[in-house]
Amino acid sequence: MNRSTLDLWVGIFVTIGVAAILFLALKVGNLTSVSSAPGYHLDAAFDNIGGLKLRAPVKAAGVVVGRVERIKLDPQTYQAIVSMKIDRGYQFTKDTIASILTSGLLGEVYIGLDSGGDTQMLADGARIAKTQSAIVLEKLIGQFMFDKAAAGNGAAPGASNGPAAASAGSGTGTAVTAGGGK
Amino acid sequence: MPADSVTWALRRVGGHTLDSIERLGFAARFSVAVLMHLPGAFRRLQLTLREIYFSGVLSLVIILVSGLFVGMVLALQGYEVLTRYGANESLGILVALSLVRELGPVVAGLLFASRAGSAVTAEIGLMKTTEQLSAMEMMAVDPLARVVAPRFVGGVVSMPLLAALFSTLGVFGAYLVGVKLIGIDSGAFWGNMRAAVDFGHDILNGFIKSVVFGIAVSAIAVFEGYNARPTAEGVSTATTRTVVASSLSILALDFVLTVFMFRGVGVGA
Amino acid sequence: MSVVEPAAVLPTCPTEIAVRMTGVWFGYDRRRPVLRGIDMAIPRGKLVAIMGGSGCGKTTILRLIGGQLRQQSGTITVAGQDVMALDREALFALRRRIGMLFQFGALFTDMSVFENIAFPMREHTELQEELIRDLVLMKLNAVGLRGAAQLRPAELSGGMSRRVALARAIALDPMLVMYDEPFAGLDPISLGIVGQLVRKLNDALGITSVVVTHDIYESLKIVDYIYFVAEGRIVAQGTPDEVRQSKDSFVRQFVDGEPDGPVPFHYPARAVTEEFA
Repeated sequence: MNRSTLDLWVGIFVTIGVAAILFLALKVGNLTSVSSAPGYHLDAAFDNIGGLKLRAPVKAAGVVVGRVERIKLDPQTYQAIVSMKIDRGYQFTKDTIASILTSGLLGEVYIGLDSGGDTQMLADGARIAKTQSAIVLEKLIGQFMFDKAAAGNGAAPGASNGPAAASAGSGTGTAVTAGGGK
Repeated sequence: MPADSVTWALRRVGGHTLDSIERLGFAARFSVAVLMHLPGAFRRLQLTLREIYFSGVLSLVIILVSGLFVGMVLALQGYEVLTRYGANESLGILVALSLVRELGPVVAGLLFASRAGSAVTAEIGLMKTTEQLSAMEMMAVDPLARVVAPRFVGGVVSMPLLAALFSTLGVFGAYLVGVKLIGIDSGAFWGNMRAAVDFGHDILNGFIKSVVFGIAVSAIAVFEGYNARPTAEGVSTATTRTVVASSLSILALDFVLTVFMFRGVGVGA
Repeated sequence: MSVVEPAAVLPTCPTEIAVRMTGVWFGYDRRRPVLRGIDMAIPRGKLVAIMGGSGCGKTTILRLIGGQLRQQSGTITVAGQDVMALDREALFALRRRIGMLFQFGALFTDMSVFENIAFPMREHTELQEELIRDLVLMKLNAVGLRGAAQLRPAELSGGMSRRVALARAIALDPMLVMYDEPFAGLDPISLGIVGQLVRKLNDALGITSVVVTHDIYESLKIVDYIYFVAEGRIVAQGTPDEVRQSKDSFVRQFVDGEPDGPVPFHYPARAVTEEFA
């Protein structure tokens, strides 16, 4: 094993190793995407962020335009303040609506931005005025049960509806407790 | 008498514990000495390159082949499970995350420990047995600088590269099985993968893991070799110890690192 | 057989006595000393043998002189310097002026013969490669192996690897060369060659040589003085003639190769009547 052959093999080894790392970073991971690009910040306040996590995508019309950078609780209003970093290339109107959505039934949670018709754009650090909180499944079911129970009570609280009313009642009970506990 | 055997057992345990602690302290001093000789290893570049060859290049075959097979099996098994939830398009994500976060560093680390780690231990142990290290000392050349440090650096440099190659081959193997064999859409495979695998969170953490494993395995390998008893049995025992200790360290460190790196995923700011 | 040597690169030993050991006690395990009070004085330029049975501490003496081990008490001076008092740098500087031939050679197996001998030159001097090449080949020529320069240690016979190790030991023209069992396991021809080389190099290079061996026959032919070590002490010493004529029972047992004498035949055991009752 003379020197030049050895050097050659080591060179080959290191080259393909680094190439593998680059491949992983670029082709498998998302190194070239938004996170490192320059951007500006927007804030939004939500009553409930549901399953939103850090680094969740921010999408407009389904296209990723930014990432969630920070999530805090406002101690005065008890709302969740979400800070997003938006790609510098995208501008949004002042009456943009920020909603917390789920991609698919069991998919990841993200923030969707719907632009409005305002002539003025949101600046760096601005707060998005209109927000729509996440849909919490338990609340939805509770609401459904409550509505059902209210409709059921309007009719005769008769025996025919007994089991149904009983179950609806217990359902309402749970829903009310859940709502009350909120 | 029962009391006697209890005392005897306790003495044995105590003795072993003290031995282990003493060994650990000795290992720590040894590690510091090796670290102090690291700049020397870089000055003797040719030696270090030679060690990168012996640790890294000669491990390529086993790493590449294993990576390929692991990726292919992962794809097969993963597909079988994901289909039940109608989530076969997520196969790329499953394979990529498993490899980059865990299997790449850990399995490559275990293979590296058994192939390169044991070879280094055997080499140094044999040099000790044939008095080559003594001869070097008597010629006023510090064996730590000339023999140990280059092998340590060679291992630390090779390990992350091998882990990355393992993961790459694994993804490629999964691609072969998933897209070519089973018929998942190629675009969905790569697209979903890219969307889900984060450079900073997944790839970088995997890289850090492989560096840590490389340091652990290399340190254990040179230590066991340098402190082997200078007999044939001594070298053989040392080689076995290297593989066992390295493997256990990798798995233990993997747990610790995973807790620190991947615990905060669902937590807010 | 010719001996070609360049002018000494480094000065020979500055003191009259090259190595002096006074009252040296040493044990690997503190409770069982291997050496119990060794007193020895090796004059400059002389070839001295240290002899004794296996495991009596001969190799330990060499390691103590070279500073690889530290004695529990007593002093060892080499060229006037107290070995134990030297710091790392000074010890390394001293070692560069000492050559050592290890038992069975201890050649570096991952290098060729040439590179083995060039090793100390490359590590400790700034000489250019052409000069190193010439020096290496001269050393090899001195031991008769100039043609074997490109072989690897695995390809050498026992005698040849011993000679290569000798060439490596004198690579930097040391002032003191120590030989650990240079005659062990050699065929008669190689024995003769190594013995002659040790003597000739000692005289030609003006070095001091310390040979640890138990080969009495070869030693009596070449050395200037012999120390006999048994049970950690020097039990006898003298010139070869004195040794041949000595009446000391230990010396006689050693020289004549008697199975029993001061060094007992039987390892300590129970009395025969008890064992086979």
